[in-house]
Amino acid sequence: MTQRHDGDGWLAVAERAIALATAEGATQAEALITAEDSALTRFANSEIHQNVAETNAHLNLRFVIGKRVGVASTGRLDAEGLRAVAEAAGRIARNVEENDTFVSLPEPKGPIPDLPLAFAAGTADATPELRAEGARAVIAAADAAGVVAYGSFATTTEALAVANSLGIRAAGERTTSQLITVSMGPDGGSGYAEQASVDATTIDAAGLGREASDKARATANAVSVEPGDYPVVLEEYAVVDLLDMLGYLGFSALAVQEGRSFAEPGRQVGSELVDIWDDGADPLGLPMAFDYEGVAKRRVSLIEQGVCREVVYDAQTAAHDGVRSTGHGLPAPNPYGPFPLNMLLGAGTSSRDELIGGLDRGLLVTRFHYTNPVHPKLAIVTGMTRDGTFLVEGGRIVGPVKNLRYTQSYLDALAGIEAIGRERRCLRGFLGGAVVPAVRIAAWTFTGGTEH
Amino acid sequence: MRDLTDRALSTATVRGATYADVRIVRRLEESIAIKTGRVEGVASGETEGFGIRVLVDGAWGFASSLHLETDELDRVAAQAVRIARASATALRRPVVLDDRPAAHGTYATPLVEDPFAIPLERKIGDLLEADRAATRVRGVAYTESSYGAQREWKTFAASDGSYTEQEITHVGAAVEANAIEGDEHQRRSYPDAGGGWSAGGYENIRALDLAGHAEALAEEAVELLSAPQCPSGRFTVVLDPSQLYLQVHESCGHPTELDRVFGTEASYAGTSFLTTDKLDQGFRYGSDLIDIVADATAPGGMGTFGWDDEGVAAQAVPLVKAGIFVGYLSSRETAPRIGRRSGGAMRADGWNRIPLIRMTNVNLLPKPGMSLDEIVQDTDEGLYLSSNRSWSIDDRRLNFQFATEVAREIKGGKLGRLYKNPTYTGITYEFWRSCDAVGDERSFRMLGTPNCGKGEPGQGGHVGHAVSGARFRNVQIGVGKW
Repeated sequence: MTQRHDGDGWLAVAERAIALATAEGATQAEALITAEDSALTRFANSEIHQNVAETNAHLNLRFVIGKRVGVASTGRLDAEGLRAVAEAAGRIARNVEENDTFVSLPEPKGPIPDLPLAFAAGTADATPELRAEGARAVIAAADAAGVVAYGSFATTTEALAVANSLGIRAAGERTTSQLITVSMGPDGGSGYAEQASVDATTIDAAGLGREASDKARATANAVSVEPGDYPVVLEEYAVVDLLDMLGYLGFSALAVQEGRSFAEPGRQVGSELVDIWDDGADPLGLPMAFDYEGVAKRRVSLIEQGVCREVVYDAQTAAHDGVRSTGHGLPAPNPYGPFPLNMLLGAGTSSRDELIGGLDRGLLVTRFHYTNPVHPKLAIVTGMTRDGTFLVEGGRIVGPVKNLRYTQSYLDALAGIEAIGRERRCLRGFLGGAVVPAVRIAAWTFTGGTEH
Repeated sequence: MRDLTDRALSTATVRGATYADVRIVRRLEESIAIKTGRVEGVASGETEGFGIRVLVDGAWGFASSLHLETDELDRVAAQAVRIARASATALRRPVVLDDRPAAHGTYATPLVEDPFAIPLERKIGDLLEADRAATRVRGVAYTESSYGAQREWKTFAASDGSYTEQEITHVGAAVEANAIEGDEHQRRSYPDAGGGWSAGGYENIRALDLAGHAEALAEEAVELLSAPQCPSGRFTVVLDPSQLYLQVHESCGHPTELDRVFGTEASYAGTSFLTTDKLDQGFRYGSDLIDIVADATAPGGMGTFGWDDEGVAAQAVPLVKAGIFVGYLSSRETAPRIGRRSGGAMRADGWNRIPLIRMTNVNLLPKPGMSLDEIVQDTDEGLYLSSNRSWSIDDRRLNFQFATEVAREIKGGKLGRLYKNPTYTGITYEFWRSCDAVGDERSFRMLGTPNCGKGEPGQGGHVGHAVSGARFRNVQIGVGKW
């Protein structure tokens, strides 16, 4: 750690910013500080080619005058910087029109639970040498398999402090680490493996290297299959995209309020096997005690036995619906609304072999690439398969197939889930962490192919 | 600044770096977000810090900090060297940089009206006027309008004596209308779905005339709710610049990044089908009409600068000439590996990121002959596709699928009825080979994107694309089921 304050130290800085905003005429004020020491070691062609570290801190000041809201941010956290950002935010607030949808910054609602498992010294103290050792372990596995290793090993320590003029005080430190690797073989084979963890010392670099390398060997000389509808087994790396997209398209209260979400309480959207929830306290994931408005995160059941239950709220969307924030606010200004950053998909009872064994003729998909919504309200998404796609016949893997494009409703996919794996992995989504099992789905629509 | 850069370079070289460079970057940003006629968010931000990149024993190390102080410069320079030594423990091919003349001088984006000097209330007022014109249209569910400005002051110094100072200014504004009925959600945006960004001052925003376009686009969003589904099949397609720029970005810009070709993005965004053997063979990328150039000197483009973040002077690099693949976007490390000099495409997203090969302004050059309107008149039957809604392309940049906000029927050389939910798909080189008309200068305009994602940790790039519109034959339209 090279930062000059821990979470409580940053809280004192946030309080000074609020005091300055109040002195400038704010009727309410909120200061959010994110301070980060992060590093990432990147390898390609079985050698380290990029290796970076960063010490950063950022203050985001929300300045409220009645219903006028201005936001200014700065990386200068000395007295002069704080004064300048308070003036800038105040200048904005005085020059904007009233925002009728703004009700109030959140008020404190009891203590924020302590999450000691969100922080690991093994990550905070991680050195370039530790990350290089991880990279070398992956590369050694690739060398042993006769393939080439690519990937990255990242470690981050983040201090988050939020204070507002209504009494919100939230501060804490958390750590995250992630190793991803792609192995590529001489005959077009490609494999992937990933692990995310609070504690970098628990990352099994050699194991990940073997997993990706074995798959790269197994996918050599892939053949084409015709696009069309196939039953599929999606490995955990593919399933995380389902949760990310559904979170983006539908699990936000703002998406519901604007009429662009599929989520309606009581609507059956998934098979009865499907339970999805968001829980910032679950130690299986990458825990986070409170959101960027300083509100404690509460567990939110998003889908229960296939039925839509709740969505996540921040202060503004909660005020709109007359409910309490669930602790899912993002930094202001935030036109995207709240977001579930700690989603989990409930485990099932099937082993990997049982999932694959249930495919009469179908495809096993390692992961997806470059996914994007085509029809947001129906959650129709397009993307490609990548790094390991296999034809399965009679419950057995027959061989590798070239990558396929799909155009598929993720809601139909939820409805088609026939079986869920009993093992789960902690993975990084595009904003937060996710805990997901593999799944078997009755039908998946592939709409095109490519040359590899 | 010079004393600070000298200190950083001195510490790095004393610690063992055979090459070092340092960038001190201050970035100022301002944004306005309006939703359905009300100001949703106004923000300003400022960040300043430095990043030091070193080569030790042929391996890279990079470290950065926001604390711009002598002690911290020393600590971070030492950290960069330590990181490089760790890199060297897993190194197979020591880095060799190409020679370039030491860079000296200053550059500033040409502009008329400083966007940061325009009173905030005036900028809000301009955007509100446009947004409310869209909001007033009956049937509009919600609107979203945005304005943004970014200025970066960047000082670069390297151990070879290079020292440059640059001031880069980018602005953007756009208005978007959404109509929703049942499961149907339709959107129309102007000037493009990427936020209407360009290099320059507030004069660029005025030239967009957002208010003058808002009502018509909102009416079209509502009209799309009851429009027929775009038909599926093989069609002649004319791409409006608001879609064509992204087609160029995804299917030409990214695959010509030489670091991708060498695998350094393999674990994240993927590699490229444009392998170096294709350069040697003179691979046919597109039809004879296709001339694509990466031009860091193009006026108004977000990829325009004086020097890249390795101190290589801005230049125009041909990528495709008369349909033949002829060049890459490159760096001082990658270019020598194919026997060339750096094309000056290294840029970093701020002080805390290393430079990567990024698109500059990857432009599809106009062809004298037909304007875009005349291309439509020259088309008996087809579809005119505008404004991107969705994009996806495989990890070697071959199989792509795009959705646009709207398709318009072309019949007998005239634009006809609207179709909703159009998508098209293809294989990159087959698609570009099917191009049989490119618009002339009259519709040639600079567009771009401020959020081109690349690298780990993630970086957002500001890149430009000047295009004039083009026609493609036998394109697969319509995929999926709805």
